[in-house]
Amino acid sequence: MSDIAFLLNGTPIRVVGESPTRTLLDYLREVRGLKGTKEGCNEGDCGACTVMVTDEAGSRALNSCILFLPQLHGKAVRTVEGISGPAGQLHPVQQSMINHHGSQCGFCTPGFVVSMAVAHKDGATDHDDRLAGNLCRCTGYAPIIRAAEAAETAPVPGWMTEDLAKTGGGAAPFAPASSDALADWYLAHPGATLVAGATDVGLWVTKGLMELPEVAFLHACKDLQQIEKVPGGIRIGAGVTIQTLRSAIATSHPALAELLRRFASEQVRGAATIGGNIANGSPIGDAPPALIAIGARLHLRKGDARREIALEDFFIDYKKQDRSPGEFVEAVTIPDSAPDLACYKLTKRFDQDISAVCGCFNITIKGSKIESTRIAFGGMAGIPKRAAAVESALIGQVWGEAAIRAALPAFAEDFTPMSDMRASAAYRLETAQNMALRYFHERSGHRVSVLEVEA
Amino acid sequence: MSVGTPIPHDSAQLHVTGRARYVDDQPVPAGTLHLAFGLSSVAHGEITAIDLSAVRAAPGVVMVMQAADLPFANDVSPSAHDEPMLATGTVHYVGQPIFMVVAESHLAARKAAKLGKISYNERPALLTVDQALAANSRFEAGPVVWTKGDAASAIAAAPRVIEGTFDMGGQEHFYLESQAALALPQEGGMIIQSSTQHPTEIQHKVAEAIGMPMSAVRVEMRRMGGGFGGKESQGNALAVACAVAARATGRACKMRYDRDDDMVITGKRHDFQIKYRVGVTAEGRILGIDFLHLARCGWSQDLSLPVADRAMLHSDNAYNLDHVRIESHRLKTNTQSATAYRGFGGPQGMLGIERVMDHIAHALGRDATEVRKANFYRDAAASQPGGGRLPPAPPEDISEKKKGVQTTPYHMPVEDFILNGLVARLEATSDYQARQRAIAEWNAQNPILKKGIALTPVKFGISFTLTFLNQAGALVHVYQDGSIHLNHGGTEMGQGLNLKVAQVVAARFGVDVGLVAITATDTAKVPNTSATAASSGADLNGMAAQAAADTIRDRMAAHLAAEHQVQPSSVRFDGGRVIVAGEDLSFAEAAARCYQARVSLSSTGFYSTPKITWDRKAGRGRPFYYFAYGASVSEVVIDTLTGENRILRTDILHDAGDSLNPALDIGQVEGAYVQGAGWLTTEELVWDDKGRLRTHAPSTYKIPACSDRPRIFNVALYDGPNREETVYRSKAVGEPPFMHGISAFMALSAACAACGPQYPDLQAPATAEAVLKAVARARGQG
Repeated sequence: MSDIAFLLNGTPIRVVGESPTRTLLDYLREVRGLKGTKEGCNEGDCGACTVMVTDEAGSRALNSCILFLPQLHGKAVRTVEGISGPAGQLHPVQQSMINHHGSQCGFCTPGFVVSMAVAHKDGATDHDDRLAGNLCRCTGYAPIIRAAEAAETAPVPGWMTEDLAKTGGGAAPFAPASSDALADWYLAHPGATLVAGATDVGLWVTKGLMELPEVAFLHACKDLQQIEKVPGGIRIGAGVTIQTLRSAIATSHPALAELLRRFASEQVRGAATIGGNIANGSPIGDAPPALIAIGARLHLRKGDARREIALEDFFIDYKKQDRSPGEFVEAVTIPDSAPDLACYKLTKRFDQDISAVCGCFNITIKGSKIESTRIAFGGMAGIPKRAAAVESALIGQVWGEAAIRAALPAFAEDFTPMSDMRASAAYRLETAQNMALRYFHERSGHRVSVLEVEA
Repeated sequence: MSVGTPIPHDSAQLHVTGRARYVDDQPVPAGTLHLAFGLSSVAHGEITAIDLSAVRAAPGVVMVMQAADLPFANDVSPSAHDEPMLATGTVHYVGQPIFMVVAESHLAARKAAKLGKISYNERPALLTVDQALAANSRFEAGPVVWTKGDAASAIAAAPRVIEGTFDMGGQEHFYLESQAALALPQEGGMIIQSSTQHPTEIQHKVAEAIGMPMSAVRVEMRRMGGGFGGKESQGNALAVACAVAARATGRACKMRYDRDDDMVITGKRHDFQIKYRVGVTAEGRILGIDFLHLARCGWSQDLSLPVADRAMLHSDNAYNLDHVRIESHRLKTNTQSATAYRGFGGPQGMLGIERVMDHIAHALGRDATEVRKANFYRDAAASQPGGGRLPPAPPEDISEKKKGVQTTPYHMPVEDFILNGLVARLEATSDYQARQRAIAEWNAQNPILKKGIALTPVKFGISFTLTFLNQAGALVHVYQDGSIHLNHGGTEMGQGLNLKVAQVVAARFGVDVGLVAITATDTAKVPNTSATAASSGADLNGMAAQAAADTIRDRMAAHLAAEHQVQPSSVRFDGGRVIVAGEDLSFAEAAARCYQARVSLSSTGFYSTPKITWDRKAGRGRPFYYFAYGASVSEVVIDTLTGENRILRTDILHDAGDSLNPALDIGQVEGAYVQGAGWLTTEELVWDDKGRLRTHAPSTYKIPACSDRPRIFNVALYDGPNREETVYRSKAVGEPPFMHGISAFMALSAACAACGPQYPDLQAPATAEAVLKAVARARGQG
């Protein structure tokens, strides 16, 4: 077992003998005595444990409660203790939080401070998005946003720059260095767990209390983290994070980008990968319905054998995918653009929530008629699923509200949703239908999003 | 002058740098053990067998205990001794602790706690108020009924009668720091560090559990990572478990709930069903009203009786009800034991009458704000302190209102009412009426999205309704270098209580607040404290600390005056100086001189709230020293296709009396509004038909996130002194603004009502799903 080497608040450290599923949060608090980083939920939903992780690609705010130590190899970790300067100087966001009364009980505050410091380093001003993954129960957020705004123009302190050369390097433990190495290793260890961002697997450990005897981390497979233009589309490596994808397709696929803006939170988007969101097979992952609606193709690899399938064919049944032991998701290819795509994510809370229903519509109109349709839903079945009956009810019809309304009964043929804590079955079915109407109204130029209304 | 200035929280710098310590951050002795509970997986049943062999064999496990292993009291109830820490024979809800694991690490304890094999003889579980009512499963012998006038006759004689049934959900506290406790065994006793609003209760329960007097147990509490009522009684189990384990092992023991455990084990806000029948005039003036409150209390009594009382006590909110009857059932169910939560039943009672106002306005086709104003109590005369400050109250309707003193449904005179004037000012500053018209026009042009706006008032009674709790103590030392040590019985959970009390002490000595050292709440320094609850923290502890400081100041003044042969009253403490007969001393010099003259520079202080008297059985008396007031306007938008909704703008005008610290008070108002709006919108607790809480983590239970706050959020304090002699004429501010969240709910109701002719009958919480249902009802499709 090789050492895990990273910078912790600027100082190189080596971790020896820890389990590969030891979380950074537990390590910080229990081994390093760095008690500023808090455990609020231990599942990546509250942000109290947020730390700054810097690598060649830049700095990210990540949830340390669902980060495993091997994921940090070669990187720099900065906790709230390191957001202040070496002589105890306050970072501008810290001073601003004091000036604007941004803390009350203070328990969430270290996480906010780290998220704010990372955003400040990036020059970001989309504070609501940057802080969607930090929950505060005391302040109502208003003073925190005032603090973030007031600190926007302050210079980034010098101590926020990391010298990655000091990490000491060496091969990343538990982490194949390329997709070829991964393919070989996984073929020999088909029962192993592959860990990309750990935003789901992390919970198997912290909540499911599972032991994962064999794990491989994918972060060293740089060749899986590429986005490249290929004939007929854009090939997105499985290891591309949601955040990277969101930036990359912001102009070409604005509807998908907006969906990804509401994908979990900044901390999760910075860790979670597109491959993980697909391979996981969840019926409520947000990327698959949108990718199915735009006709994405999935690339799978087992050893040296590769195959390509339509993404919707990957999802067979609840928790059952078309993936054989030792086979892994290598990439997904999407068309260059999807001008007719609209994605509707329905949740109890707008930000950082899991979809009750995620409806994605991609309807092409030629002349006055519906030429082609790709409609896919999350949350409506045991898998992300196309609405085949609805699609066939629409194809060839004259585009208009009448055609949409005529197709609504077909939803019940496609879907028999269930009731759970997020929504009732009846509500899911009704809103799925209503999303079709929303799609019509939106294409007709009507105002349909409460997110675009001002007082 | 330190009082009244917007000084940042005393711990702000510690918060932002990560140096503020909570229980789990405290350095612990080597060998500290960690605890976790094994929980019931069924809602109701007898335990037929417990096999803990796998638990005992798990790595790192030091000890496992079940009820029979406990040496002394097995009770963590704050009230009725009906809450064993570990289940005895019968389990009453999913999540009830059955055994406890003591292990070498937190993770080892959690893992081992999952390995218990418990067999049950399952029995039918009562999960809903309907089931409990049908089974007559309740606390107290029967319903509590309070009356004033003759509601039945008044309703019968009224031109219009309106009735309805309204369900409102509970609420998870979601303090960011989950429950935690640490026990440090001592010679002859125990030191407990606990994240608790009620150190004395912890001390009491721990003493019983380890068979020692309270004097052998010392509880320290520096700060909580949020409380909101959830740490008034719910921390008892952890502290007791740690103390018992520490006594048994001789090692320090710590317990903190994993978030899911916290949500599954601990109590939440009571959900209520309220049925109402109201007789009104054509203008919407209430002639008579009958309320039925069904409170779902869970499996043990905990604080449910005073919570349900306080719901009844706020059934009038701001409205003068001449003929009223309130019947309250406290129903016992096989769910978590519902507990204190910010407002303590007040929000539920208040939401009931606000819902009635909304319904009346809709039924009569009148403006809801006008209906509310028509029912207001009248403002106290402008000449009285605290009454009708700027702007002046609107002209009195003499014909109807000049009939002597107005009283609440529990016969307490309302002498400090200010809402007529306050609401008039808020209507002006929020541009309410013009916006109402603009929204109607906007709605006419938008077929899919609809806006709504509402104005709701708050009148909230301040004092513990259990009268003896309205007392507090403090301890102040002045050292010979002039530095000051402050201790009091209140606890800091983020509200800035310590700073407010320090501001008071600094003001009494005329020194900078930085000279006053804030210290952890400690039952060995100030005994017999009440919970920091009922918004009473600053009122009670501020006065106690003031008394302690005044005692020392008066001794200092007496000594210095005697030295100069002048009257003690001529000695001035101001600007860090002590001026006596022309001599100008620094406070430190004055302290040193008093010390050398053998003057005692330490004092306790004590305060008990005057004027209050209360008969809860009869529903008569003056349970509250005074009322805190405020009003809010919320504007929202809904999507009629999905029910999705957002708050667009909120304006709040809130009465904090003469604020001790406007920055802290505005912080309380902003935070309380968002928390109150969360209760009534996204925060939905869902149990399945087995009684399992399905929303037991932030992944499924959705408190407001950053973007859920109103984008336009104007909060102002209504500047005016409390007419009662509270500390610097301030008013309590912890709970009252929570109920401003009701305006968001009523604005959603208005938006739903804009979709059709029928009353939308919106239920709480107004999740997207609930809003879509209400839209359908408005359209006559519900």
